[in-house]
Formats: sequence, structure tokens, C-alpha cells
Amino acid sequence: MSFKENQEYQTVGNAFSDDPMITCRNVDVFYADKQAIFDVSLDIAKNEVLAMIGPSGCGKSTFLRCLNRMNDTIDICRVSGEITLHNENIHSRETDVVYLRARVGMVFQKPNPFPKSVYENVAYGPRLHGLAETKSDLNEIVESSLRRAGLWKEVKDRLEQAGTGLSGGQQQRLCIARAIAIQPEVILMDEPCSALDPIATSVIEELIDELKQQYSICIVTHSMQQAARVSQRTAYFHLGKLIEIGLTDDIFTHPVHELTEGYITGRFG
Amino acid sequence: MNVESTIKRTIAGRYRKERRFQQMGMISMVIGMMFLLWLLVTIVQDATSALRQTLVAVDISLDEDNFDQPINKASIKSASFGKMIKKSLRKDFPDVKKRKDKKQLYKIVSNGAEYAIRDSIIESPELIGTTHRFWVFADDEIDMLMKGLIDRNIEEGNRRVSDKTISWVDELVAEGRVETRFNWTFFTSGDSRDPELSGIWGAMKGSIFTILITMLLALPIGVAAAVYLQEFAPKNRFTDLIEVNINNLAAVPSIIFGLLGLAILINYFGLPRSVPMVGGMVLALMTLPTVIISSRTALAAVPPSIREAALGVGASRVQMILHHVLPLAAPGILTGSIISLARALGETAPLLVIGMVAFIVDIPTGPDSPSTVLPVQIYLWADSPERAFVERTSAAILVLLIVLVSINGLTAMLRNKVERRW
Ligand SMILES: Nc1ncnc2c1ncn2[C@@H]1O[C@H](COP(=O)(O)OP(=O)(O)OP(=O)(O)O)[C@@H](O)[C@H]1O
Ligand SMILES: [Mg+2]
Repeated sequence: MSFKENQEYQTVGNAFSDDPMITCRNVDVFYADKQAIFDVSLDIAKNEVLAMIGPSGCGKSTFLRCLNRMNDTIDICRVSGEITLHNENIHSRETDVVYLRARVGMVFQKPNPFPKSVYENVAYGPRLHGLAETKSDLNEIVESSLRRAGLWKEVKDRLEQAGTGLSGGQQQRLCIARAIAIQPEVILMDEPCSALDPIATSVIEELIDELKQQYSICIVTHSMQQAARVSQRTAYFHLGKLIEIGLTDDIFTHPVHELTEGYITGRFG
Repeated sequence: MNVESTIKRTIAGRYRKERRFQQMGMISMVIGMMFLLWLLVTIVQDATSALRQTLVAVDISLDEDNFDQPINKASIKSASFGKMIKKSLRKDFPDVKKRKDKKQLYKIVSNGAEYAIRDSIIESPELIGTTHRFWVFADDEIDMLMKGLIDRNIEEGNRRVSDKTISWVDELVAEGRVETRFNWTFFTSGDSRDPELSGIWGAMKGSIFTILITMLLALPIGVAAAVYLQEFAPKNRFTDLIEVNINNLAAVPSIIFGLLGLAILINYFGLPRSVPMVGGMVLALMTLPTVIISSRTALAAVPPSIREAALGVGASRVQMILHHVLPLAAPGILTGSIISLARALGETAPLLVIGMVAFIVDIPTGPDSPSTVLPVQIYLWADSPERAFVERTSAAILVLLIVLVSINGLTAMLRNKVERRW
């Protein structure tokens, strides 16, 4: 069976869940006239980690950004299809996008700390949403967020220094701390560990394990090992299409689709 | 032929080219600097003599019968000090008999002398009844003569001071009755027909009021418009049209804005002529497009990742702009705005059109009192025939330059302060 780009296709595997946090149905995304996501349907269950893998440029980031409507900020980007959070359509008029983004946090592919102090970076979100009554509450949130992101030890003496003055990996962990500081229900992570050393990576992976007790997590990664370690389910994207999705163990042990198999065994990607 | 030798050969040529390129840049810079230096040196040379002013001592006998009885403020004010000065001069030079010569003699002291004396008598009326020596301004021609700006060696007919006057002045100098002092008047008074009485303070205050109005109007409106256009406005044909027009407006000759101000603000809305308020509005119109354009550029330069970061933690669009985008764009906005304000400060043409070129002696007291501005004052003086206005023109140019340079310095300082990059 050969794969042609514009052919109708069928996602292999069970994309749906009985107890979904987020559901996506027939999602298409266009950048101007160029289609970047083709008819993707899947669920993200409560308390699960969904890993998204696929070759570079296949639309993982684009799809992830649909889930908190971050694509709204790109003028030429158009999203169609239905996406719901708690059974509410996130594109409906009643859905407040600010509230949505507070519930669905995001860690971006490139670390993007605010050009402000480390403390301000983490405290900004909670302050914005009024999550801290007092100054000491806020300090507590900042400290625990930084601790969970595995950054506290490195920055506890330089909270007033610039967030942008940290190393690339530290910046990424700062962004993770910033995202979890507002306690979102869903966390979207776009290659959160691409700039991290193995130790920091394992801290983040532990954090993901811990967060999944309460939240749903969707993580884009280029590392098969990481996907295998942290996720319960894995989705494989190829040229904007959701080729295969299923339990992580199944995908990595006996992939069904030949493209998935090819990617996982390293024949291309 | 192998690769190594080919590369080596081309490297030499490359270095030669680079050197030539650098040299060309260097030469251009030196030429530019030379022109600038030349300009500055001539201006400074001409201007320095304006900092000093010649004074002449006259002994005035303040007999009581020169004043109406009883002697009070009103009678001092109405007394004819001009006559007293003339009398004193006649006494000093008893040989001068002819009417025409007397007239020349009287012209040694400034027209302003009688008012200066009157003012000091009002201050200390106890001098009445005595003979007192007053130091008063010499006429501008005498001032020029003393500063050597009128050459006494050329033929009498070709110079503005006659031989007789020169001999009187020499006599006064010999008696120690001529002095040059620092020219405070230049910095404290308004315009005057007599160069020795004229100063830039009036124009300076006019400039300050005008630029204040410009700033108060152009900055908030310009920045708000830029924020709207850059961050909120939908991208459609209408906003494209607006954008194109703003760019075009920035290129419109400034005098057009003056004509617009004349037609709309003065003729239609009936606002007064020659006032800084109208001048400020006209200059605000002129600077708005540049403020908008530079602010938009500064806003556009804020990286999208920062915007996404703010939106990603649940900031609204307005919060994103107020908390993150504007602070990051502030240095750029500030620089652009102040540079266009500095341009407005040096602007002449539109202000001529709305009547700020009028001859105004009084120091303006507010944005609604008639006044002129520094560049227009320069224009007025440059247009005056008196030799003494030449040095004042240069001095005024120097003052304007100093103001502009300090504004630019201030901008740089402010920018460094705001910029505090993390
Ligand atoms: N802002 C944009 N404007 C236009 N096209 C875009 C934009 N962002 C992404 N694309 C296109 O959409 C497609 C998917 O891009 P996306 O960034 O989602 O890929 P990705 O799977 O995240 O890749 P990577 O693993 O390299 O991050 C690419 O072909 C890309 O060229
Ligand atoms: Mg990506």
C-alpha cells in the first residue's frame, strides 16, 4: 500500500476515549491556502499523557496550538472542525479565550520567558488570575512551581534577575514553571525537553508523571524513548494527517501502519 | 592548479577590496565631519561677539524741575529722560553745535537708555536731585565699532559710523566711559527693532509653549493610533488605505500643514493668529504621521514569542499589550517621537503661514499669547539689515542647536533608562 498525499485516509487505531477531557473532530488547519492539518479526530482523556510524534513539519505544533486557540494569533491561519473541552466547543461564542488559555496551559517549542525577573515570570499568571490572596501566597506558588519544574535550586538566589539571562534549558524549565503556576487542567508541551540535559529531562518527566494525576497532558516529542517513558497513548502524524494512534506500548511494539513502523524503526523521519 | 593556491590568490584580492571599501567609508565620514565643523566654527565665531554688549556711562543731573510735582511714581514715569540724556551729552561735548551733528551725537546711546534710567529711578527715587552716572547700552552701531565689526579704516561714506561719531566715542573711551559687559539682555528679553535691546527669551518661551502643545497632542494620539493600527485593526482594504495615507502624510511638505491650520483652525474655527496653541496644533498634525509610523515599527519589532507567552498564560489582548508589548516597544516609541518633536522644534514654514512671524516684543505668558519661535526668530533676524543682528542670528542658531542637541542627549539617556534589557 502506497501513501498518496491528497488521498482520503483512515486513521489507524482507536482515537477516542470514554472519558475525554478534550475531543477533536474533523479538524482542518490552513495557513492561507496551504493545508497543514487534514481531518484529524482524536480524544485526550482525563489523567492521561498523549504523545505526538512525527517527522519535522508534519503539523504537530500546529495541531497542538489549535487546542488552546493559539492559532488565533496568526492572521493567515484558519481552523475548522470541532474541538471541545469538557464538552464545550472551544470555538463557540460563549467560550472565553482568556479563560480557555488559563485552563489549557502551554509550553512552547522555543523557550520564551518574559524579559522580566525570574520571579515575575512565574508570578505573572497567578497574579493575572487572582490566584494569590497575599504576597506570601504568591511567593509560595512561585516557589512550588519552580520546585516542580526542577529549577528552584538553581534560581532561588537570583529570583530578581532576568529570566532571559538563564541558559536555554533553564529558560525552558522557567516556562514550564510559568505554565503550571496557574494550575491548568490541560498542559500542552511542545518539545519541552529538546534543550535539556538528561538530568533535567528526567525531572520534567517526573513532573509529567506527577501532573497526570490531576491533569491531562499532550506532549510533542522527537524522542521515541521519551514518548515511551511518559505517555499512555501515542499519536503519529505524517504530512498533516493523523496516521496512527493507540496505546503507547502497542504503537512501539507492533505498529500497524507502515509509515508508523518506518518512523519508529528509523527508516525515515 | 589546486584548490589551495586558488583560494590563496582570491584572498589577497578580497582583502584589497575590503580595504578600498573601508577607505571609501572613511573618506565620506571625514568629508561630512569637515562640513559640520566648518558650519559650527563659523556659527560659533559669529555668535560669541553677541555675548558681550557695549555700555556707555552718562552723567544725568536729575534736577527736581525735570519732574512734575509732587514727585511720585506717576510723575517719574511721565518725566522725559530722553531730554535729560541729550542734555548730558550736550554738556559732555560742548563743541557740537550743528543740529545735524547733535542728532548724530544723541544716537551714541541706545533708544532703550531712557527706559532703563527711568526704571532705576523708580526703584531708587532718592537719586532725584543729584547728578548720577548711569551705564546704559550704546547704540548697536557703536557696539559694532567697539567690537571691531565696523572697520574704521575704510572710507567714511562706506561705513555706517561717521568720523565725528568715532572721534566722540574715542573721547568717551579715553575717559573710561565705555565698557563691554556680558549681554544678559540677549537671554532675558524679547524681540526689538534695536538689536542691542533684542533677545531670544520671547522666542524661546514661544518655542517651549508650542512644543509642549505639540507633544501633548501628538504623543498620546500618535501612540494610541499606532497601537490600534498595529494590534487591533483588522487587515482589510480600508486599513490598508489608512496605512498608505499615513505614509504619504509623512512625506507632505510641512508648509501644507501650515496652510491647513490657517484654513481650518484660524479661518474656520476662528482661533487667534500667531499663538503657540495654533502653532502646536499645526506641528502636531505634521508630526503625527511620523510618530505613528515609528511607534508601529517599534511595536512590530516586539517578538511574537513574547506575545504568545503572555496569551499562553491567559492574558487578554489588552493585558498583553499593556504589560509586555508597550514596555518593550517604549524605547523605540520614545526615540521616534522625540526625534520628530525635535524636527517640529526646528520647523519654520508652517508657523510663518499661521502668523507666528509677527514682530512681537512682549514675552509670551502662555500658549494663547502671541509669540514667535526660535527658528522663526532666526529667520527674522537673518532678514534684518543691521550688522548687529548678524551676530544675534548666529547666537540664536547656536541656542537652537544646543537645545536640539540636549534633547537628543536626553532621549539617549531616557532610552537607556527604559531599555533596561533583561
Ligand atoms: N506561521 C505559519 N505560516 C505558514 N505556514 C506555517 C506556519 N507555521 C507552520 N507552518 C507550516 O505548517 C506545517 C506544519 O508546521 P508545524 O510547525 O506544525 O510542524 P511541526 O510538526 O511542529 O514540526 P517540528 O517538529 O519541526 O516542530 C509546515 O509545513 C509549516 O511550513
Ligand atoms: Mg513544532
